[in-house]
Amino acid sequence: MRVSITVNGEVREAEVWAGESLLTTLRDRLDLPGSKNACEQGECGSCSVLLDDELVCSCLVLAAQADGHEVATVEGLADDGSLHPVQDAFAATGAVQCGFCTPGFVVAAADLLRRVPDPSDDEIREALSGNLCRCTGYQKILDAVHLAVER
Amino acid sequence: MSTATRTLRPGHALPSTRRADAAPKVTGEFAYSSDLHAAGMLWGQTVRSPHAHARILGIDVVQARAMPGVHAVLTHEDVPGQKTYGLEFADQPVLAIDRVRYFGEAVAIVAAEEPEQARRAAAAVRVEYEPLEPVTDPEQAAEMAPLHPDRPTMGHGFRDDARPNVVRSMVIRRGDPDAEGDVAVEGVYEIGQQDQAFLGPESGIAIPDGEGGVDIHVATQWLHVDRDQAAPCLALEPEQVRIHLAGVGGAFGGREDLSMQIHAAMLALRTGRPVKIVYNREESFVGHIHRHPARIWAQHRATRDGKLVAVRMRILIDGGAYASSSTAVIANACSFAVGPYAVDNVLVDGLAVYTNNPPCGAMRGFGAVQACFAAEAQMDKLATALEIDSVELRLLNALEPGGMLPTGQVVTGSLPTRDVIRRAAALPVPEPEELPREAIRLPGGAGNTTRGEGVRRGVGFAVGFKNICYSEGFDDYCTARVVLAEDGSAEVHCAAADVGQGVSDVILQVARLELGTDDVTLASGSTARVGSAGSASSSRMTWMAAGAVQTACRAALDERDRSGGAVDVERIYRHPRTYPLDPETGQITDGRAHVALAVAAMRVVAEVDVDLGLTRVVWIGTAQDVGNALNRTAVEGQIEGGTAQGLGLALMEEIQTRDGVIANASFTDYLIPTFLDMPPVVSDLVEEPEPDAPYGVKGVGEPPTVVSTAAIVAALRDATGRELARVPVRPDDIAGL
Amino acid sequence: MDVLTPRSLDEALRLKAEHPGAVSIQGGTDVMIALNFDQARPELLLNLNEVVELRGWSRENGTLRLGAGLTYADAMADVVADELPALAEASRTVGSPQIRNRGTIGGNLGTASPAGDALPPLLVERAVVEVASTRGARRVPLQEFLVGVKRNALDDDELILSVLVEPSRQSQTFMKVGPRNAMVIAVCSLAVVVDRERGELRAAFGSAAPVARLVTAAIDEAESFPEQVAGAASPIDDVRGTAAYRRHALRVLTARALERCLA
Repeated sequence: MRVSITVNGEVREAEVWAGESLLTTLRDRLDLPGSKNACEQGECGSCSVLLDDELVCSCLVLAAQADGHEVATVEGLADDGSLHPVQDAFAATGAVQCGFCTPGFVVAAADLLRRVPDPSDDEIREALSGNLCRCTGYQKILDAVHLAVER
Repeated sequence: MSTATRTLRPGHALPSTRRADAAPKVTGEFAYSSDLHAAGMLWGQTVRSPHAHARILGIDVVQARAMPGVHAVLTHEDVPGQKTYGLEFADQPVLAIDRVRYFGEAVAIVAAEEPEQARRAAAAVRVEYEPLEPVTDPEQAAEMAPLHPDRPTMGHGFRDDARPNVVRSMVIRRGDPDAEGDVAVEGVYEIGQQDQAFLGPESGIAIPDGEGGVDIHVATQWLHVDRDQAAPCLALEPEQVRIHLAGVGGAFGGREDLSMQIHAAMLALRTGRPVKIVYNREESFVGHIHRHPARIWAQHRATRDGKLVAVRMRILIDGGAYASSSTAVIANACSFAVGPYAVDNVLVDGLAVYTNNPPCGAMRGFGAVQACFAAEAQMDKLATALEIDSVELRLLNALEPGGMLPTGQVVTGSLPTRDVIRRAAALPVPEPEELPREAIRLPGGAGNTTRGEGVRRGVGFAVGFKNICYSEGFDDYCTARVVLAEDGSAEVHCAAADVGQGVSDVILQVARLELGTDDVTLASGSTARVGSAGSASSSRMTWMAAGAVQTACRAALDERDRSGGAVDVERIYRHPRTYPLDPETGQITDGRAHVALAVAAMRVVAEVDVDLGLTRVVWIGTAQDVGNALNRTAVEGQIEGGTAQGLGLALMEEIQTRDGVIANASFTDYLIPTFLDMPPVVSDLVEEPEPDAPYGVKGVGEPPTVVSTAAIVAALRDATGRELARVPVRPDDIAGL
Repeated sequence: MDVLTPRSLDEALRLKAEHPGAVSIQGGTDVMIALNFDQARPELLLNLNEVVELRGWSRENGTLRLGAGLTYADAMADVVADELPALAEASRTVGSPQIRNRGTIGGNLGTASPAGDALPPLLVERAVVEVASTRGARRVPLQEFLVGVKRNALDDDELILSVLVEPSRQSQTFMKVGPRNAMVIAVCSLAVVVDRERGELRAAFGSAAPVARLVTAAIDEAESFPEQVAGAASPIDDVRGTAAYRRHALRVLTARALERCLA
């Protein structure tokens, strides 16, 4: 079936399998592999995107459900080649190791800071508790979010 | 810039610098193995055994081959060359032949145009099984019918053990293990099966070269050993199989063994098309080896004033269906069983067995994790029995340079055990928090299960150590190649796998230092362009890559001085040689069995809801022997991340099996720590240069994982007064059910 | 496989009547997992995202009408959170922010898992499920709606429209036990209302019986109530926990909940 999705401000069309997730469509049909396929069961947040401005796991959205809707992915965060403050902070603090969780984290953290401009440690921890990281132990991610606030 | 101003000295770690790969990783541009595409690409899918142990009576692929979009359905009959492979022993079929030995074992592979077509075809492969009684209890394995009657691990210089299903049995005997002390403590400890649970699933793409060979782009820890396993199975020369490192989404030991490499290559060579295979999370849980579950009996004897007199331990690890690195894991578990303590009289009896449980192999900490959990619990028991402060007891017995390991090896390198213990113990512990508090600051977290009822606080302490680099006579080396252009720029080739630890930055840092220029690029790792780097494991990669790049850079400069113009040199670096242990006594033979050691001490504050058995780790402070830290941020990152994995094993992580079948192959039921489970970690870096290592470095990735499980459970014991002899600690154990 | 995407409730009911085997998908947090892991290959998916009538909440006299498409994030905000505080607390324990933005109350009812987090707080508030088909609408008390493990009283041609609750405005709480401090499926869960107006204690638990189950007692039975709740459970051993632990935890949780609500 055919879907038309506005991705990062651009209308994109794709032929998809009816049972396919938005994540798969983004990665395999629209050449946007930044959203990651770590668990495909909504447990890790690596595939986080904004769907109509709401943070969601794209693995749990049927591609057909995104038809006619707006999606923002990690690829759309940087503005004209300059990193989003959250991306820059992740790079600066050592919040990136293997980096597989990173796209999901930066999308979720940017969404948090949009809603809560200066979150406490606890707010950051709870807001990002749906994003799993296996490398960092989260501490430098916490530092990154605080640094992004400062900037 | 001259090199003199850039000398790396202890205590002079670089200020935090951005990783070279940070920018592409935060923007989503970095290409992981699962992100790769190639023109005309097919999708591969693996048919796996639903049984832990069964005879294969027949495989019918006729229907699957006829399905839409399907280009190939292959079985063991289609394996072009050697039918079995393995990291150390070729005991695992590429595709099951007449028998499956574990749940999820690969039986057939499919390639099709679309992933869904591949899945449907895989589902249409008919395999007729005759289920067999699975060997699932490692205690019984050595008395059961052999799973590998040809005994693949015997005759490799290990102790000869005629019992069935023995992968390796080992004894370390030193002094008089029957020596009596004034006090004895004893315990039986159990360690559950942990998974590496890296986030990037096994994946890669194999591209036929049109001349009979194949290029495999894959996330792995050791390119050349992948090649050397794959080539004979594909009936190709090693040069015809080129392994290229794709982006690695974490590894932690779980990518040492092959996963989809040979399968994708077989499908690509058969169809003449690129073939991509990506495991989903469920498949990832059966698609790689796990940390060995272990049962450990320990008895410690000491004098009244706390000096260890004798330690006796029995260590049983379950290797599962295939050998993987079990022979080295049991050696490590036994070598480090006692902990970083000096004891004259030791008997350690170790056994690794084959069963029909999921295969086990390398995971961060590699045998030392299991041993440390038991040994440190014993040290606390001893402190209690002797009424000595547990930190004092450890200081009293600390093993330091000049002391002797139970294998008879004298510690010659750096091992600042006392310093590490003192500094960890001196880290200030936070004051208890007031009530009321937000639910997420209490045990049970977001579950809102307590407002303080039942909550008790405990403080734990532990020390752990482990070897750096490969041991027991293994020819451990790393290759680097340096190409200097006429314009002064340099390109470095090294197949060291950056699995997220940041070894790429180490390579660049060393090359820039040695070459005296910032104009250095690092080529992507490939077996086609440079020799083996060895594995990104055993906390060895920083040391080995630094050594290789340093050697190659210096050779390149010499060469340029001699010949002028552009140069291209490749050099191999080896760390000081190690030697096997005596198979009967576990004592060193011609020299040391381990080249170097690293030690960490950790202090943990935890709160426990003793009624519900729920926990919150509040704070962790650690002092770690890190050698000369090349990059402080990277070292801290290894400590924090390694600690989180130990926390996972302590509190929640376990592959659960029923008759060998994994019951929780998902992130819904195999839980790893979230942001709300990991406390802040205060790291005190103890920088004492390692004399045998380039720039005095030490590996830093494993000690935090070794020590943290033990330290966290010590804090839970302090809070609850319970023995908690098994990890992960279950709520039932705390609640006393 | 194909996807049907109705744009109105009427169209949705008509499609469901025409294709009773179609699997409804709203937030996708259950259906997508089955699709992603090849556990289900329904011929038709009925995408309810575009059915405006199912979204949000409304008030009709004293009754709150929670649309089947009300998300957990919606349930944690504003009037719904004020009127149904235990439901809001339960919603906060559902998965992650990402899941709470997508997962719906209707989906929780449709899946009818014994672990459904919204079910205990709705049970203690004596919620009624409103379902409809082209044959008409009907109302089913929630405890009758939940008939077994992942089974509900919905007929093949019916859709869940809403949950109707008359908020008790009585002291209430929700607690959920899991092996880590966020992102867990309940090992067991409990909602409690101390209803002084009716002189009644109501508790409902999840993950400790084939269905989320309601237990009531007179308000003066507080002392024995923890035992009554634990006794009403029929838990099993599974990968998430043991039967013995679940029963024990329900006893502890009930005592704590009563202490909170009676304070």
